[in-house]
Amino acid sequence: MRQILELLERDATLTPETLATMTDQPVEEVRAQIAAWERSGAIRRYRAVVDWDAVDDDPTRETVTAFIDVSITPARGVGFDDVAGRIARFDEVRSVYLVSGSQDLRCTVTGPTIRAVSDFVSQKLSTIDRVRSTATHFVLKTYKRDGDAFRTDEPDHRLPVTP
Amino acid sequence: MKPLNDVIAACPPSGIRKFFDIAAERDDVISLGVGEPDFVTPWRVREAGIYALEHGYTTYTSNAGLPKLRELICADLNKRYGAEYSWTDECLITTGVSEGLDLALRVLLNPGDEVIVPEPCYVAYEPCIAFAGGVPVRVPTRWEDGFAVDAAVVEAAVTPRTKAVLFGSPANPTGAVQPRASLEALVRLAERRDLYLVSDEIYDRLTYDTAHICLGTLAPDRTVLLGGFSKAHAMTGWRVGYICAPRAVAELCVRVHQYTMLCAPHVSQMAAVEALSGPDDDVTAMVADYDRRRRVFVKGLREIGLECPEPGGAFYAFPSIRSSGMDSATFAEELLHAEGVAVVPGSVFGPSGEGHVRCSYATALPLLEEALTRMDRFLRSDHRGSDGQ
Repeated sequence: MRQILELLERDATLTPETLATMTDQPVEEVRAQIAAWERSGAIRRYRAVVDWDAVDDDPTRETVTAFIDVSITPARGVGFDDVAGRIARFDEVRSVYLVSGSQDLRCTVTGPTIRAVSDFVSQKLSTIDRVRSTATHFVLKTYKRDGDAFRTDEPDHRLPVTP
Repeated sequence: MKPLNDVIAACPPSGIRKFFDIAAERDDVISLGVGEPDFVTPWRVREAGIYALEHGYTTYTSNAGLPKLRELICADLNKRYGAEYSWTDECLITTGVSEGLDLALRVLLNPGDEVIVPEPCYVAYEPCIAFAGGVPVRVPTRWEDGFAVDAAVVEAAVTPRTKAVLFGSPANPTGAVQPRASLEALVRLAERRDLYLVSDEIYDRLTYDTAHICLGTLAPDRTVLLGGFSKAHAMTGWRVGYICAPRAVAELCVRVHQYTMLCAPHVSQMAAVEALSGPDDDVTAMVADYDRRRRVFVKGLREIGLECPEPGGAFYAFPSIRSSGMDSATFAEELLHAEGVAVVPGSVFGPSGEGHVRCSYATALPLLEEALTRMDRFLRSDHRGSDGQ
């Protein structure tokens, strides 16, 4: 059954019928299993992988992404969890990880402009209690995200009919 | 001008060529006619090839091929199937299985020797036998039997001139995997009638329902095993294959190879070393992907009314198109013209392939689904109008 999750993670548009054929299982079981995962939260939701750089619309609607490394003074009893939880609640924050190394948290923050992201960091993030320092890295170009390569298209070089 | 070589001049061009030309002219064609993986060589392997180029591995290798690669191949065959080949004198690296086939036949055959070829089979078998001075002798296999080779039918074709039986499992074009009983019966026949078995195992890693049986484990003394990296590792363009055979055969294969090819490309051999050195995850993932597409595609073919024997290996389905009332060449041509789907007529692979078409499912799933939709429309339409039937 794990295979079905892996397939859906790669392509959420696969229907229960196709998944059932692919994995040689009864379609009703597949359907029930997916419903159970959706209920339990194992499947949180379905979404598209968008390469925003390839979207040729209003340039003023561009999104800016930054990785923010955050240093925190841990507190007895909660460690980093309470501060991480507070940071994660902001809509601007797309991801928060506790990481090893010189900094404690690595966050992904998005905003409409560089200014907006900077303001968020200086006014919201840095002012949280026990946040000691932040280091902001703006994303200039995305080459690969979550296993999807965006800049290295490999066209099919095969001849149309071969022996 | 004096006439050119009679044997070669008499050999018809591959029947696949015509479909290639038509399919290449149109840009809306979904091709199910491609006999190679739709994966690009895994990056790990490509990177090893780049490294080899950067570091100047641009020379010849020893005639038999890089020792490291031969060692890895023999160890892999042993680990996977239990075959016991000595890398020093029973294994050589060839420029793809195609060269391996040519070498094997040239080494085995004297002029006029016969080679029994169960068909439908890969298009190069018969020409290569003829080019080596031999005489191909076809024996039919039937789709009702899953294209299993019947040793009794083969035996009926044996004459005092018969030298070998040549076949592939898993097979191009049928996707058929020979059951153990068929292989064992063939081995007994080969022993009884003193025949060589030339076993094309290029699709060995691409089996889905049963474990692959390496003929080198059943009859090591009389098997010429042909293998390679093209299909499992998605390395068709690198041109790396191998022959594993009894020492006397391997030695003569190296002798021809050293004069005609010298060695397989050095960079490709380095990449092949990487393919066998690292984790097997790439191959496992590709095989799992083919298997899923196989299930969807074969089910789809049956749903649109085409009977399809279960293909246990390779990446081909070989459905019967008899219900259409057309022969396979007409079917393929009409389908290409009417719906822009390219398949290969079964008759190209031998008379027993008539009534079938070869469909490769080494194509992205959405394209396979679209091809099925188009084929369904074709089968429902009055497609026989254009040839006046």
